[in-house]
Amino acid sequence: MDFFVPILAAAVRSGTPILYASLGEILTERSGVQNLGLEGLMLMGAFSGFTVTYSTGNPWFGVVTAFIVGIAISLVHAFLSVSVGANQIVSGLAVTMFGTGASSLLGRKMIGLTIPGFSKVPIPFLSRIPVFGPVFFEHDPLVYISYGLVFFLVWFIFYTRPGLNLRAVGESPVVVDAMGLSAVKLRYFYTMIGGGLASVGGAYMSLAYTKMWGEGMTAGRGWIAIAIVIFAVWHPARAVLGAYLFGGVGAMQLRIQAAGTSFPAPVLMMMPYIFTILVLLVISIKKGRGILIDSPGSLGIPYSREERG
Amino acid sequence: MSLSVPAPLVMMRGIEKSFVGAKANSDIDLDLRRGEVHTLLGENGAGKSTLMNILSGLYTPDDGSIFIEGEERKFRTPRDAISAGIGMVHQHFMLVPTQTVWENVALGLEDQPFSLDKNSIIAKVRDIQERYGIHVDPHAYVWQLSIGEQQRVAIIKTLYRKADILILDEPTSVLTPQETKALFQTIRQIRQEKHGVIFISHKLDEVIDISDRITILRKGRKVATIPVQNASKESLAEMMVGRRVVFQIGKTLQNPGKVVLKAKDLVVRGGRGIVCVDKFSLELRQREILGLAGVSGNGQEELCDALAGIRQIDDGAIVVDGVELQGKPSREFQKKGVSYIPADRIGTGLVTGMNIRENIALRKYWRKEFTRFRFFVHWENIAGRTGQLVERYSVVNPGLGFPARMLSGGNLQKLMLARELADDPRVVLAVQPSWGLDVSATLFVRETLLEQRDRGSGVLLVSDDLEEILSLSDRIAVIHKGKLMGIVEDPDSASEEQLGLMMAGTSLAEFLPDDVPPGHVPVRAVP
Ligand SMILES: Nc1ncnc2c1ncn2[C@@H]1O[C@H](COP(=O)(O)OP(=O)(O)O)[C@@H](O)[C@H]1O
Ligand SMILES: [Mg+2]
Repeated sequence: MDFFVPILAAAVRSGTPILYASLGEILTERSGVQNLGLEGLMLMGAFSGFTVTYSTGNPWFGVVTAFIVGIAISLVHAFLSVSVGANQIVSGLAVTMFGTGASSLLGRKMIGLTIPGFSKVPIPFLSRIPVFGPVFFEHDPLVYISYGLVFFLVWFIFYTRPGLNLRAVGESPVVVDAMGLSAVKLRYFYTMIGGGLASVGGAYMSLAYTKMWGEGMTAGRGWIAIAIVIFAVWHPARAVLGAYLFGGVGAMQLRIQAAGTSFPAPVLMMMPYIFTILVLLVISIKKGRGILIDSPGSLGIPYSREERG
Repeated sequence: MSLSVPAPLVMMRGIEKSFVGAKANSDIDLDLRRGEVHTLLGENGAGKSTLMNILSGLYTPDDGSIFIEGEERKFRTPRDAISAGIGMVHQHFMLVPTQTVWENVALGLEDQPFSLDKNSIIAKVRDIQERYGIHVDPHAYVWQLSIGEQQRVAIIKTLYRKADILILDEPTSVLTPQETKALFQTIRQIRQEKHGVIFISHKLDEVIDISDRITILRKGRKVATIPVQNASKESLAEMMVGRRVVFQIGKTLQNPGKVVLKAKDLVVRGGRGIVCVDKFSLELRQREILGLAGVSGNGQEELCDALAGIRQIDDGAIVVDGVELQGKPSREFQKKGVSYIPADRIGTGLVTGMNIRENIALRKYWRKEFTRFRFFVHWENIAGRTGQLVERYSVVNPGLGFPARMLSGGNLQKLMLARELADDPRVVLAVQPSWGLDVSATLFVRETLLEQRDRGSGVLLVSDDLEEILSLSDRIAVIHKGKLMGIVEDPDSASEEQLGLMMAGTSLAEFLPDDVPPGHVPVRAVP
């Protein structure tokens, strides 16, 4: 137990940035827009959140900044993919390239600086439950917010009126349009919120996880988040599982390194990524057709009213 | 306008609408009164759907005005039209397949609280079902429903919104005769409640049956509006097509030969991994047209995909000319003489971005006569062959080097026939071959299929149009939910009524007298 509890707690911590990004992408993709810009959005969130926190001393300002930055960048993606009808893969890759480049250029002066950032706030009573407590309730506030977000999104997507519209526009935008709702507005809105959440995920990295800024510090987590959305079949609760699995394998691999083994470190560091690929492979083979059923039917397809589908 | 005459419920004046390359509506006027069923009649492409999409706010007209109860309205979005009381059941129903029936009804409702009130929606849906006698499980997912049930959902959706003006775009083209009767019952009830109904169809009998007035459209223009009392089938057809129409096509009896295609206990899965063709068996003989009747979406397309070798089968056998072909690549099917005219002309059948020559070459480019050294494409030979075929099948075209997309719907289908039929295949699989075509192209397609039969091919004709099945087939098989409901050996003995019941899932055996064992229907004698 003493060996596993810290690993499980670390799994939650290192899974949280991916969880935010996956939840954001679930919203975006459920509306029918694919955003491959997560990696860039996370980096911009990590950088902008760190910069603002460094100069104001308040990590909450950092989080809000990251959210707004993410929304702003995704607005460009939304414009290109919803209004212009551009290729969403290209536009998403452009967002990633922009975010990677801009954050590394602007962030040069921040390298090496540290901030107090978010600190642990154990929840009274709950954190004293054996095993469960230390694993889930001895974290920083952003982790707790992510729990709330998961519950909120499950309720929102499946039980509310706007959630119904969201699911419908990702499946059949023409139906949404014919029922008097605006497919365009819905897609803009969720692309922007989704991008904002991804950016907050990045900010978690620099404000709570490492508490410093480093070039390319998300190390591919944006891509992992995209994979986890598929693993989760676009369901927020399953995204939790995917994100923590990735986080857990990462934490385990760190322990093994620290314990000292003859395994080359780079191989160990590959583990979480390899693991993600394997998990995806297994579920795609097992659920191949299931994923086809549940994936938003109009994902990546622009909608224009009088154009024939 | 004097006060004593109430303004019509809907008045459309001078409606104009062009799409790139097509004038869909020019200067169209239309009136709908309260308590009236007003039919829009016209051939495929006449502009009926366009006009109604304009009335429902989905398309913006280039010109013209719309009045609702005398008051001019501009519909910028479907929302404006919905709030003016307009409800449309589109030709391709506007439903979200991955959501349940009640969720589809709830979509876009404005009076719903943030958190959906599922129970009240379902209660209201049940009310409507009781009142109009249209039943469908509110908890079912739309993709699980048959086409007829989906249509009922679409109708419930408009009734839920208290539509005062109900537009039904070709609702009967996907129904069995019995379902059509039930739909007409509902329409009559809505008329009785003093709402207005605009009904779209090109089936003359039912138009005369249900309408109060009929407006005929041809090539985007209005020909006339007449009360049903003044309409006859012949006069309507003539107005619709623009010339006298011969309904009869000459069909001679043939002596069918040996079996060319045999399917045995076929099991095929569809796109969602669900079994679409369930232990299906049939035999197709030389010189016969075997009609496969069924409501579309009952596994016909999957069956034909499998018979053409382009869809994997889970179980069963496909035998062409005595050779088992299941599991073989599709080219083996082609080499054995299986031709495929798929329902999806533009997606599966032809590549519209490629030119006419290339489309002809598509299925045969690998043959010796079309290659040099069995490797390089022999364009001269292909061009020569294409020239002959285009001539023989009278494909009107701007030039063989132009992309197929430049052809009209009818000529696209002729190109398809040219490619698939020219080498006198053993087996022709024709799925919805006249779907969406105008009267003259339809006639051409049907005559070509008959001719192909006379030249010795076995033709499997899949259609959801019973009239087409009855006028062309030598035998009729009926499919329902992927299962064979029976084979009617003598089409002249079959009533539309009986075929309709079979299409809805009654097996042939249930119609037979008890002492005749099922499957032993006498084969019609050939003189
Ligand atoms: N969204 C669209 N884009 C381009 N052309 C269209 C569109 N809708 C209809 N058309 C064209 O307008 C004409 C009329 O079509 P439509 O109104 O669907 O006819 P109908 O419903 O009478 O069969 C056809 O030539 C069709 O190709
Ligand atoms: Mg139409």
